[in-house]
Amino acid sequence: MAKSKDKYKVPVLDGKISIPRIVPGAFAYEHMIEAQKDDMEALDFPAKLQDGWKEKAIGVFKEILDHNKAVRDYMDICVRCGACTDKCQFFLGTADPNNMPVQRQELMRKVYRYYFTPAGFFKNLSNSQELTEEVLKDWYTYFWQCSECRRCSLYCPYGIDTAEITMAARQIMDSIGIGQKYTTEIIHKVFKIGNNIGIPPAALRNTLDDLEEEINEETGKDVKIPMDVEGAEVLLVPPSADFFAMPHMESLKGYAKVFHKSGISYTVSSYASEAGNFGKFIGSYKNTKEINKRIWDEAKRLKVKRVVIGECGHAWRAAYNYSNTMNGPFNFLDSRYKQPAHICDFTLGLVKDGVIKLDPSANDDKVVTFHDSCNVARGSRMGDVPGGQLTIPRELIKAAANHFVELREGTTKENTYCCGGGGGLLTEEVMNVRIAGAMPRMQTVKEAVDNHKVNYYALICAICKTQFTKIFPLYGFDAEMVGGIHQLVSNAIIM
Amino acid sequence: MPSFEFSGKTIETDDEGYLQTLDNWNKEIAEYLAKEEGITLTEKHWELIDWVRDYFFKFQVAPAIKSLIKEVGKLENLPDKKEANKFVYELFPEGPAKQLAKIAGLPKPTGCV
Repeated sequence: MAKSKDKYKVPVLDGKISIPRIVPGAFAYEHMIEAQKDDMEALDFPAKLQDGWKEKAIGVFKEILDHNKAVRDYMDICVRCGACTDKCQFFLGTADPNNMPVQRQELMRKVYRYYFTPAGFFKNLSNSQELTEEVLKDWYTYFWQCSECRRCSLYCPYGIDTAEITMAARQIMDSIGIGQKYTTEIIHKVFKIGNNIGIPPAALRNTLDDLEEEINEETGKDVKIPMDVEGAEVLLVPPSADFFAMPHMESLKGYAKVFHKSGISYTVSSYASEAGNFGKFIGSYKNTKEINKRIWDEAKRLKVKRVVIGECGHAWRAAYNYSNTMNGPFNFLDSRYKQPAHICDFTLGLVKDGVIKLDPSANDDKVVTFHDSCNVARGSRMGDVPGGQLTIPRELIKAAANHFVELREGTTKENTYCCGGGGGLLTEEVMNVRIAGAMPRMQTVKEAVDNHKVNYYALICAICKTQFTKIFPLYGFDAEMVGGIHQLVSNAIIM
Repeated sequence: MPSFEFSGKTIETDDEGYLQTLDNWNKEIAEYLAKEEGITLTEKHWELIDWVRDYFFKFQVAPAIKSLIKEVGKLENLPDKKEANKFVYELFPEGPAKQLAKIAGLPKPTGCV
């Protein structure tokens, strides 16, 4: 039961990212803990595999192909050129060929060919495969070793969005009762309590009181973090880790100081106390929409004029890309502002307008680098111009700190590596997958530390923060290096 | 469901060894769970175990890390947050959120923690 560090397989860093010799089945033993009955049922999924599962699975597969034309195209158009093979951090880290994006997708494509193309008629001649329990086992193993980060998609000449394929596979599995505990338990908690962690209103208020007290001790200012206040200008929706974990809570202090100094009234909500949306991770349109709806219902109920999302990667993608089509239009909000806005965009705007002032020398003890989070860098936009999701966080860091260096070229901005814990992988039972998936990024961290003495690893994603806080010490780096951009802002803001 | 035998009783846990039922917890079981984690409980461990259990029964969730650190600051007279944090990690090396929760018989915290 004890989780000893020597149980983990941690690669030795040499600063190089090299393509491994393949080891078939190297990570076939990795297995997510299966979903609990009450969580599956709360999400409208059967609790376990039942009679008739095969027909049901193929039926759901067909619905996806009919409903989501992109997925049908992705099934047909791959020419197996191999451009994606060495782009996935999970293949680079595990050497398991089923983690080459093309090969992982093939686990699904061969089933597609069997049921949905003429190839299915010529079973011995074509690479098609009936859906069996054995195939499902492979799906469960390998579609849960993909973090839906889309790095491979960036290099695909056909633009195949691999994340959509992983999401479709997980959707089919959930629909026949093969779910993963981590994501389904969390979604159930959002519906029951309002956030991924399960913090009820009284506990949230107590936490915010403690934070207010801490800010007061440090600054001598009466900074408030209001909750459930009707008529506030802004509804601030952070990931719930910002209310609970470290270093996340330091960024929440940063947001609070920004609002205090700007004089813009705001509130957090005990109902919409979660920016994260794990519905996306399991490819469930229905659950994604329900989780997203909580934010907009609350914005309406509290009569706010604007919605601002905190530091969370997939939350930003879910809120920015999907809100309007899923739960819009937002004509009850102030049309002069972007709805929703990212907290980095919000804060940088205030800095540029001179509403708040940052003293970057407050972070002079730091050499800062920035890890682009996949869902922000490759899955969304920010601000008014294309590429804003890449420039705005960097501009804000540079306003808050004097010493900034980039990580290795080719591994930043839209080419960024995943932290290794995204897409529902941030759970202990697959720690070796997380360690392996982080390896390419850790090679570049080693380089940044060795060459530039980097000692602050800035992030805008709750998952990245937790993942790297765990992973850094295993690779020999200090967990204290990991923090949010608004932690830098919190240090630098002139109160 | 996974379980372990303790004093002639079957104690159910989740797949990661967290007690399935809050009521099944007692001090002897805490000692056992701590031993499985490689920890021998001292008076200092017990102060935190008792406090997080009280917090959980009051708020239905484990305390945020900063609230725990604040409490440790008071209990141990460690106003410096870094010192208080270090103190907690010396007692529970795998981190208070999960290891302390497990020994205190609380459910595993979920989310991005």
